[in-house]
Amino acid sequence: MPARLSHLDVLESEALHIMREVAAECKNPVLLFSGGKDSIVMLRLAEKAFRPGRFPFPLMHIDTEHNFPEVIAFRDKRAAELGERLIVRSVQDSIDRGRIKLRHENESRNVMQTVTLLDAIQEFGFDACFGGARRDEEKARAKERIFSFRDEFGQWDPKNQRPELWDLYNTRVHPGEHMRVFPLSNWTEMDIWQHIAREKLAVPSIYYAHRRDVVWRGGWLPVSHLVQPREGEEVKNIMVRFRTVGDMSCTCPVESDAATAEAIILETAGSRITERGATRMDDRTSEASMELRKREGYF
Amino acid sequence: MDLLRFTTAGSVDDGKSTLIGRLLYDAKSIFEDQLQAMERSTERRGGTGVDLSLLTDGLQAEREQGITIDVAYRYFATPRRKFIIADTPGHEQYTRNMVTGASTANLAIVLIDARKGVLTQSRRHAYIAQLLGIPHLIAAINKMDLVDYSEAIYHTIKTEFSAFCTQLGARDVSFIPISALHGDNVVDRSAHMPWYTGDTLLNTLEGIHIQHDINLRDFRFPVQLVCSPQISGRPDFRGYMGRIESGSVRAGDEIVVLPSGHRSRIKHIVTYDGNITEACAPQSVTLTLEDHIDISRGDMIVHPENPPRSAHEFHAMLCWMSEQPLQPRGKYLIKHTTHTAKAVVQEIEHKVDINTLATGEASELKMNEIGRVLIKVQRPLVCDVYRNNRASGAFIVIDEHTNNTVAAGMIAAV
Repeated sequence: MPARLSHLDVLESEALHIMREVAAECKNPVLLFSGGKDSIVMLRLAEKAFRPGRFPFPLMHIDTEHNFPEVIAFRDKRAAELGERLIVRSVQDSIDRGRIKLRHENESRNVMQTVTLLDAIQEFGFDACFGGARRDEEKARAKERIFSFRDEFGQWDPKNQRPELWDLYNTRVHPGEHMRVFPLSNWTEMDIWQHIAREKLAVPSIYYAHRRDVVWRGGWLPVSHLVQPREGEEVKNIMVRFRTVGDMSCTCPVESDAATAEAIILETAGSRITERGATRMDDRTSEASMELRKREGYF
Repeated sequence: MDLLRFTTAGSVDDGKSTLIGRLLYDAKSIFEDQLQAMERSTERRGGTGVDLSLLTDGLQAEREQGITIDVAYRYFATPRRKFIIADTPGHEQYTRNMVTGASTANLAIVLIDARKGVLTQSRRHAYIAQLLGIPHLIAAINKMDLVDYSEAIYHTIKTEFSAFCTQLGARDVSFIPISALHGDNVVDRSAHMPWYTGDTLLNTLEGIHIQHDINLRDFRFPVQLVCSPQISGRPDFRGYMGRIESGSVRAGDEIVVLPSGHRSRIKHIVTYDGNITEACAPQSVTLTLEDHIDISRGDMIVHPENPPRSAHEFHAMLCWMSEQPLQPRGKYLIKHTTHTAKAVVQEIEHKVDINTLATGEASELKMNEIGRVLIKVQRPLVCDVYRNNRASGAFIVIDEHTNNTVAAGMIAAV
């Protein structure tokens, strides 16, 4: 008998199986790559699934232009290293073309990505989009299928999901409809970091502890051109790292000294706050905010 | 560290959500912000403290109605194991969710309310667990606090449910008296039940042997994709990508490709991390062969000594999951391993009353009904009987017009 498989081996094999099913059954898939840690793991899994061949799909990033510059630089470098095609569609373009109306200039662009994403899916005629979402992230995601059907408006109907049995995935859609496919559904934040450590994956530097100017607004917010200190706010320079990398205007770092993947694993094991709870101001709006966004077609 | 997938079945009244909440809470897998959100919800609904059942309410409609409408997945880990919970609602109309949760599970927890004893619903859960081939069952006899932690009541329930499980043919059944509300015997041993000397629920979950849950004897490799990248340096590379669904394989092994019957030998077992000499289920690998033979998606690579059957016609148990009932002579698509075929349901042989387990004649199968059917497929299915091999004995039924998944199927006889 070969050596016993670890939980990471089993999760990895499941993800490879999912990716290969999409490659075999869907006509025009795409992998959503943001430069964040989950999508970095997805790229390694795609290498494991398809090498020595090329990826049977392009990569696509929906760029809010509120991203951390380190993440965008990482995104471009990684796509180039892999020699795979990267499509970028920008929320700013959607704003300029009048597809999105802003209420104020520096508003969070997380929600707006949905418009740009659905437009891009239509533009290229994608019938399957790989996403890096995990079920441990959030309550609504906990109920979403690995192969999540979207109607012709890109919408998710949580009460009317296809039953998902064994690992026999029903990939069939009519023209105009599509699938969101989540190979990391069964992974947790801990599994992701264990995989990053095991595979020695490079991630954007802001995931590791560094000094940064922040202001306190119910959570530490990084000072940037989008977040300027207000009257009476004290700017502090502290050691932080980011647990998620999203829109700079609403993504909070956590105080940390963890400078390696191994140190983050130790910190994650002791953490008492969920990943999104610690870092995403936009998720705090209401108990249902992710569910509502997902219904509209969000990632 | 290995991975155990389990399903919990039970209704709101059985305290299923409270049990999961308790397990996560005592295993330190509930985070402070989740706890605060639960406190706020409990207060909004006029309660005080923390209602652990709120952790598992996912969607807005569920929170409004205080019910569970779909399968939700939860994750936690102890130093010994990582766990995936498929949390399914227990009401009658949700058989389809229970079957869904059970399809990937190594273990099922059936909750029994100590005040009510073995109910129709408990039997139904055990039946579905058995039908779906879940190797291990835990009967958690809950709400022991409400029967004064009575050993006699526990034993009465245990005797009755044991007999029922024997009748079903379930082999590995454990019984644990618990109080999910107060935490007795969930993670921590109960001070109220010194008469119980077995393991706590968490210890049982950590200790159950699962290495033999996968069939390790019969090598089954359904081909997902053929990889012939035509890259410089390896112009002749032709690999068959897929996941080993059962058994194991070594480089050099003699193999046969079904349904064609062509024989060859394994040249290399290729992975991104380099070639390996041996691989086993459930690893995803790429196989290369000594001979160039015509192989495509849907074919199965196996050892010649113990091949699966090749069948145009087979008997199967179906759990129907669509509003549109199954009609005899109905035409559907069947997805089995990596092979999709047109199929016709020739005959509904019988229907199972899942409350009494009695079988009876049926002219159709409605949503949430289970029955035995005879199916004919256009191209032969390379398959095993489900009870010998879950991976090569399971299939789904798809309605070609709506694209919906309308049934779960298990091959009963070929």
